[in-house]
Amino acid sequence: MTTPILQATGLVKRYGRVTALAGSDLELLPGEILAVIGDNGAGKSSLIKALSGAVIPDEGEVLLDGSPVSFSTPLDARKAGIETVHQSLAVSPSLDIAANLFLGRELRRKGVLGSVFRMLDRNGMRDEARRQLDALGIMTIQNPGQAVETLSGGQRQAVAVARAAAFGSRVVIMDEPTAALGVRESRAVLDLILQVRDRGLPVILISHNMPHVFEVADRIHIQRLGRRKAVVDPKSISMSDAVAIMTGAMEPPG
Amino acid sequence: MTVVVEERDRSVLTRVQHLLHAQATIGPAVVLLTSVIVFALLSERFLTPGNISLILQQVAVVGTLAVGQTIVILTAGIDLSCGAIMVLTSIVMAKVASETGLPGLPALLLGFLVGTVCGLLNGMLVTRLKLPPFIVTLGTLNVFFALNLWYSGSATIRGTDMPSLLLFTGQTFTVGGTRITYGSIMLVLLVAAMAFVLKNTAWGRHVYSTGDDLEASRLSGIRTARVLLSVYATAGLIYAVAAWTLIGRIASASPQAGQTDNLDSITAVVIGGTSLFGGRGAVVGSLIGALIVGVFRNGLALAGVDVLWQTMAVGVLIIVAVSLDQWIRKVKA
Ligand SMILES: Nc1ncnc2c1ncn2[C@@H]1O[C@H](COP(=O)(O)OP(=O)(O)OP(=O)(O)O)[C@@H](O)[C@H]1O
Ligand SMILES: [Mg+2]
Repeated sequence: MTTPILQATGLVKRYGRVTALAGSDLELLPGEILAVIGDNGAGKSSLIKALSGAVIPDEGEVLLDGSPVSFSTPLDARKAGIETVHQSLAVSPSLDIAANLFLGRELRRKGVLGSVFRMLDRNGMRDEARRQLDALGIMTIQNPGQAVETLSGGQRQAVAVARAAAFGSRVVIMDEPTAALGVRESRAVLDLILQVRDRGLPVILISHNMPHVFEVADRIHIQRLGRRKAVVDPKSISMSDAVAIMTGAMEPPG
Repeated sequence: MTVVVEERDRSVLTRVQHLLHAQATIGPAVVLLTSVIVFALLSERFLTPGNISLILQQVAVVGTLAVGQTIVILTAGIDLSCGAIMVLTSIVMAKVASETGLPGLPALLLGFLVGTVCGLLNGMLVTRLKLPPFIVTLGTLNVFFALNLWYSGSATIRGTDMPSLLLFTGQTFTVGGTRITYGSIMLVLLVAAMAFVLKNTAWGRHVYSTGDDLEASRLSGIRTARVLLSVYATAGLIYAVAAWTLIGRIASASPQAGQTDNLDSITAVVIGGTSLFGGRGAVVGSLIGALIVGVFRNGLALAGVDVLWQTMAVGVLIIVAVSLDQWIRKVKA
């Protein structure tokens, strides 16, 4: 059996009296798209936050390529090559698109201007941002110098998605990346997810949109009441059965 | 007909809103220019070299504090302790030098160190104990002020007992009949340096981003606690520079100096177009804000207006500036 690239065992996360994760497992295999589905409050976001260093689990273990890791900040996870699109998007409204794409990993100018005066390579980042966004084809922006707060919800989402896709080197995690998108834009994000997978990067996709999930996922992780209820193959289960397991109306087969 | 006119009005207004949104400093700059013109028309003494020199001297101390205050407010914080840090460091510099005979430069550097440590303490309380900056700095304001009274024994240290370096900021040179203090030159250099850093370095971007949305910045991989710590510590260092300017300005070190300078620095920052909600503003605006307050007070005084109306005018300016900020923040795509 292949070692999962990213694995979680027995994750527990409590918020006061609310238990968001009650011993949840997860396995992400190399090169796959793993969809995570579940009702509102099932603990999907909490699960991926624990994987991306955004929260520190109370119990349980995270393994990257088979060896235990403990991310105490999102930066740690990012340094390990895990890029995440959070449900809250995590963009900085008053900064422009290019600044948001490069937030926390800014490019500096060559030579003394960069090394001594720490000057940012503003033009370099703008050009690169435009190139990335064009290549992803998920949005047409006229001006990468436009402040993110003047963008529509869908455009902001595109910026967050583009950032993760452009910089992920081991794993890309997307928490409801199409929630605010129109039909055409959702299509582009789905194509992007497939494109990322074809680049050899595994993707965790959280979504409430069953047709999307069944179209792109290699395996489906069903989260229920803070635990992994089942992992199913989209080719051998119907959409309605998956939803029935998700809502507790049906027990998983086997 | 009327409908058409109204629509045009609105589009002009929206355009102004967008302009101010993109360039927060334009509003304050226009106010400053207008008030200079109006006061120059009201009194021929206003634009005389002697009067300009007076305004610059009056603005130097609060303006310097406002540079530190700006970076704190950009992170959605506030620093009520800035004046207390300034006075404490001015007393430390002056007293150590006058009592132990420590030369000017080490005394100055010691003051810078004390200012930085005070700022760092604020930063630790904000990031470690996760207390609101308002409460933290309200507390440390009293702590630093008490330390200042204790260390100084409530006594003023005369300029004649100090090394001349500490008084350097009060010395002047003359340009076209206007006497300019080195303290105001230092302020301009400080503003230029801070503006450069905020605009052109990753640290500057992280300051804006942290103030804009703390959690989003953290999730984007910014070490927000470290950013906040560095901001409060840098602000403390800048307040120590203000202490140097203060000593030069009053040619002494007084434990009772600058009692309202903390609020005055906040006033300068707010009138300068920096948002109290964080993430938006510029340090040049704060310099302009300090100048606006200086020009208003001075111009109204020259026009023979009672001090109480000067204070009223500053109050109205604050309310107008904050309302404007609220309006600008509502800008839509
Ligand atoms: N920061 C928090 N503080 C308190 N409770 C929280 C916090 N984050 C999550 N929870 C709780 O944990 C549970 C799981 O939340 P989570 O966000 O992981 O669900 P989800 O599966 O992502 O839901 P959705 O589909 O609505 O996004 C919920 O009951 C939620 O109220
Ligand atoms: Mg969620």
